[in-house]
Amino acid sequence: MATATKLIGKPIKRKEDPRLVQGIAHYVDDLTLPGMLHLGIVRSPYAHARVRSVDVSKALAAPGVVAVLTAEDVQGAIAPIPCAAQIPDMKPAPRPVLATNEVRFVGEGVAAVVAADRYALRDAMDLVEVDYEPLPAVVDLEKALRKDSPRVHDGLADNAAYHWALEGGDVKKAFKQADRVVKLRMLNQRLIPVAMEPRAVLAQYDRGDNRLTLWSSSQIPHILRTQIAAMLNFPEYGVYVIVPEVGGGFGSKLNVYPEEALACHLAIKLEKPVKWNEGRRENFLSTIHGRGESCDMELAVKRDGTILGMRARVLADLGAYYQLLTPLIPTLTGLMICGCYRIQNLSVEITGVLTNKMATDAYRGAGRPEATYFVERAMDAVAAELKIDPAELRRKNFPKPKDFPYATATGLIYDTANYQGALELALKKSGYKALRRQQAALRKKGRLLGIGLSSYVEICALGPSSAMPAGGWESATIRIEPTGRVRVLTGSSPHGQGEETSFSQIAADMLGVGLDDVIIVHGDTSAVPYGIGTFGSRTLAVGGTAIYRCCEKLRDKLLKIAGHLMQEDPAKLVLRAKQIVSKRDPKKSISFAETVGAAYTAKTLPPGVEPGLEATHFYEPSNFTFPFGTHVAVVEVDRETGEVKLVKYVAVDDCGNLINPLLVEGQVQGGIVQSIGQAMLEEAVYDDQGQLLTGELMDYAIPRAADVPKLETFHTVTPTPVNPMGVKGVGEAGTIGATPALVNAVVDALAPFGVRHLDMPLKRERVWKAIHQAPSESAGRPRRSK
Amino acid sequence: MIPAAFEYFAPKSLDDALRLVERHGDEAKLLAGGQSLIPLMKLRLSVPRYVVDIGRIRSLRSIREEGGWLVIGALSTHHDVESSEMVRLMAPLLAETASEIGDVQVRNRGTIGGSLSHSDPAADYPAAMLALDAQIVAASSSGTRTIHASEFFLDLMTTQLRPGEILTEVRIPRLPERSGSAYRKLHQPASGFALAGAAVRVSLDEVGKIASAAIGITGVAVRPFRASGAEAMLAGKKPSPKLLADASEKVADGVEPLADIHASAAYRRAAASVYARRALEAALARAEGEKG
Ligand SMILES: Cc1cc2nc3c(=O)[nH]c(=O)nc-3n(C[C@H](O)[C@H](O)[C@H](O)COP(=O)(O)OP(=O)(O)OC[C@H]3O[C@@H](n4cnc5c(N)ncnc54)[C@H](O)[C@@H]3O)c2cc1C
Repeated sequence: MATATKLIGKPIKRKEDPRLVQGIAHYVDDLTLPGMLHLGIVRSPYAHARVRSVDVSKALAAPGVVAVLTAEDVQGAIAPIPCAAQIPDMKPAPRPVLATNEVRFVGEGVAAVVAADRYALRDAMDLVEVDYEPLPAVVDLEKALRKDSPRVHDGLADNAAYHWALEGGDVKKAFKQADRVVKLRMLNQRLIPVAMEPRAVLAQYDRGDNRLTLWSSSQIPHILRTQIAAMLNFPEYGVYVIVPEVGGGFGSKLNVYPEEALACHLAIKLEKPVKWNEGRRENFLSTIHGRGESCDMELAVKRDGTILGMRARVLADLGAYYQLLTPLIPTLTGLMICGCYRIQNLSVEITGVLTNKMATDAYRGAGRPEATYFVERAMDAVAAELKIDPAELRRKNFPKPKDFPYATATGLIYDTANYQGALELALKKSGYKALRRQQAALRKKGRLLGIGLSSYVEICALGPSSAMPAGGWESATIRIEPTGRVRVLTGSSPHGQGEETSFSQIAADMLGVGLDDVIIVHGDTSAVPYGIGTFGSRTLAVGGTAIYRCCEKLRDKLLKIAGHLMQEDPAKLVLRAKQIVSKRDPKKSISFAETVGAAYTAKTLPPGVEPGLEATHFYEPSNFTFPFGTHVAVVEVDRETGEVKLVKYVAVDDCGNLINPLLVEGQVQGGIVQSIGQAMLEEAVYDDQGQLLTGELMDYAIPRAADVPKLETFHTVTPTPVNPMGVKGVGEAGTIGATPALVNAVVDALAPFGVRHLDMPLKRERVWKAIHQAPSESAGRPRRSK
Repeated sequence: MIPAAFEYFAPKSLDDALRLVERHGDEAKLLAGGQSLIPLMKLRLSVPRYVVDIGRIRSLRSIREEGGWLVIGALSTHHDVESSEMVRLMAPLLAETASEIGDVQVRNRGTIGGSLSHSDPAADYPAAMLALDAQIVAASSSGTRTIHASEFFLDLMTTQLRPGEILTEVRIPRLPERSGSAYRKLHQPASGFALAGAAVRVSLDEVGKIASAAIGITGVAVRPFRASGAEAMLAGKKPSPKLLADASEKVADGVEPLADIHASAAYRRAAASVYARRALEAALARAEGEKG
């Protein structure tokens, strides 16, 4: 980097934290407008039913009730939820904002009630009378695909939303040449994102200006603005989306939801502000879910452990309707299925399956955790069958650093990597060899220690526009204001990741000012240039690069102006610590403040230079980035109860250069904790009737502080050539790398019982059963400790 | 998550409270710490017309000794019980049990009277009440009565308490000499309640044999129960790993365990045995450490 870095690379504490920890930050629910009304959605208790009639008369007559809408009232006025994914021959499954004649999942909205306060609203919601005729529900994926299965959508030939396939190399030949074919059937269960803040919406309409303002807890303010304008057929220039503080998203707010459109529609219709708050149970039912893929994987292997080829058949549970990206997510699994291995012969088939459940969509990792899980579990199965150490097997199949950029059989170009480096560091830091000795010694005493490895590569910095449904660039506008303070407007929409801090570090270093001289503005579509938003570990690598490029433009302009004032060649000047200094004669300098002043007073500008100090950059990335790493998990299984204790965790991640190691640490730790959730605890369980049995936090277990040991995190640094800062992205790494390491560790612990695979979550009873129903009787009998 | 409308009373004396519940009968609900009642009301699973908040009745929040009995007022919070020196001295099992309930917020609000009246099948206290042979005192406008813990818990969330009665205190008898106790609990991973909880009290004789053992089990069946078969196997015997193992195998004999998405009946039965054995081991070690 051309500028002296004072802040970049330092573990600077988050600028956003003081307001958050003091409780003086503003979330949507903190906003109250005069005359504000409250919206509630009456939801279907059935997974699949015909709606015979909806009688709103009693609700309408209830005290405080202002309006009750049903599908009929919004027909033609609000278009269905948009889906940006285009997959050839995909069957249509658009989600209406209120169910028309049929409900297709528990929690689907049937009526919208508006009342003067939340109490009146809640009472009135019980008075909406819906006459349902229950229909058979489609829940299980395999059954859903049978010819005789009921259909989720009546007119469709079957419940297969699409078939997506990809083939590379010569798979047949690879399997013919194999010494062995290792097969594994795995489930990557459905999960609920559980953001701390459920969704919340507030809409306000000003008839005089024909101006519609929407506050929403969202990750994508601009896309939301465009889509709301389209759904309501309202001029986009009249729609103002504001995203205040957001209490986590994990992908669940990377979407457009019925409540956003309904609140806007009602605010216009009633000319009163309308607020909707999601309850936790509603959040479980009607905010997108994640994962929900099963995979049949076959690996063609040679006796020495060389992987010759892969076949993978994936079934993806899409739910009843498409949300913004629903059908697309499983295809990311397809693209990343070969992981960080040299597998040039492969075929992947993905079937998207419609079911009577909430839609799945992007959930932290979005397709890559599934891919990594499948290939990493299968690698361990190969290691077990061939009796090769899992570390050795991985090492053997990695492409070498000199092979990069590396073209995968799935059509991606991995930018750069040193998989061996990360693996070796992880082995060293975990004391892998000693752990294996310890494991052998403990096994003799009947104790079950398990060591699990996972080497991963992921796809980040989404992405080049050619590969992204709505474009993959990001924008920044930077203004150096007359007093010398720097206002950075970003199209990214951070919602907990801490980019107000990392972006400030970049701008401050590039422009030679202090951290507190910079303010980052985001989330307000009338303040910032059009942007794509925050998801796909893209914010630093794409949004941050836009800021970097913008700073370059401003720096050049500052140097030009300073050169003119100093009678010096701008190329011989540097910008540092609020001074513009001559490289030839460091005594010769002019202050940043004076230069900025000159730009605004505009009396002594060089010819051809415009007044003011503002620059905009729309950065289009040339490729994705591909962070990688190796995680090691060590667990001990209680053979009497199946309880799993995580005793040690070592993560080595390579996300390129680290702008702020503290933020990286937070992302890695948080991701690993979510992985502990998926591996051990979490599962959205629907029964045969399509009822969500894990519909609240009393039944859906998420990890807590006590479930997490000290996480030891390390890095190798392989900067990407894709962007000038050499940064790759780290927001999802933890959820991608950690889950398979944890499951591999538990399966490893259970090796003495002949256990080859267990599906997640590794609930105590599942582990206990694996021990107590093990075929090897002698080993399987529970032994008393002591 | 908004409850239906209700009328709220906050009596300052037990008599006033008793008059209110007598007047309103079935339509009234007592409110103590609110940790069980308020969620039910928010979900509208409980829709009382009258809520009688007994939280201001000071006399119900006390922990004292009375003629050799440990007496704990119904409004004592889980935190009160967990941190009371007197409880730790006279009935350490209860302090240990209280410390295993929920989280800090729940322990600061929830009360022993509320927990026992609510009688969730997975609640922690009931196991200790059974193991300690506690007596539960209920008041009504016609007087007070004392109910032995073994007769208090009737069925799923059903106790001996009658409408119009208020649980006022819990009385714990003095422990025999050379006693030790322990509570061991397998947490339901989401709610933190007991999937299987074993509260054990063992007392040794002078020669180190088990004079008596009491084992209360919670979380396993629709109501908490005493593992009397296992207790009988232990009585009069010299403790040994085999004895403990054999006895704990039997703790859930004759009961029909609950089954739900968190655990099957078979798993609950197995977990009850393991946790009972671990509680027994810990209780014995403590009893052996007792001098005198
Ligand atoms: C997040 C969470 C986690 C929890 N985890 C656990 C756990 O791990 N283990 C556990 O055992 N419990 C747990 N609980 C429940 C907790 O212990 C409650 O505090 C307890 O069950 C009820 O006590 P309360 O004082 O809050 O009663 P309330 O909620 O006020 O009342 C409960 C019921 O008892 C009645 N009642 C209350 N007091 C009396 C009285 N004196 N006489 C007659 N009737 C009365 C009420 O009318 C009501 O029906 C948890 C609760 C929460 C919210």
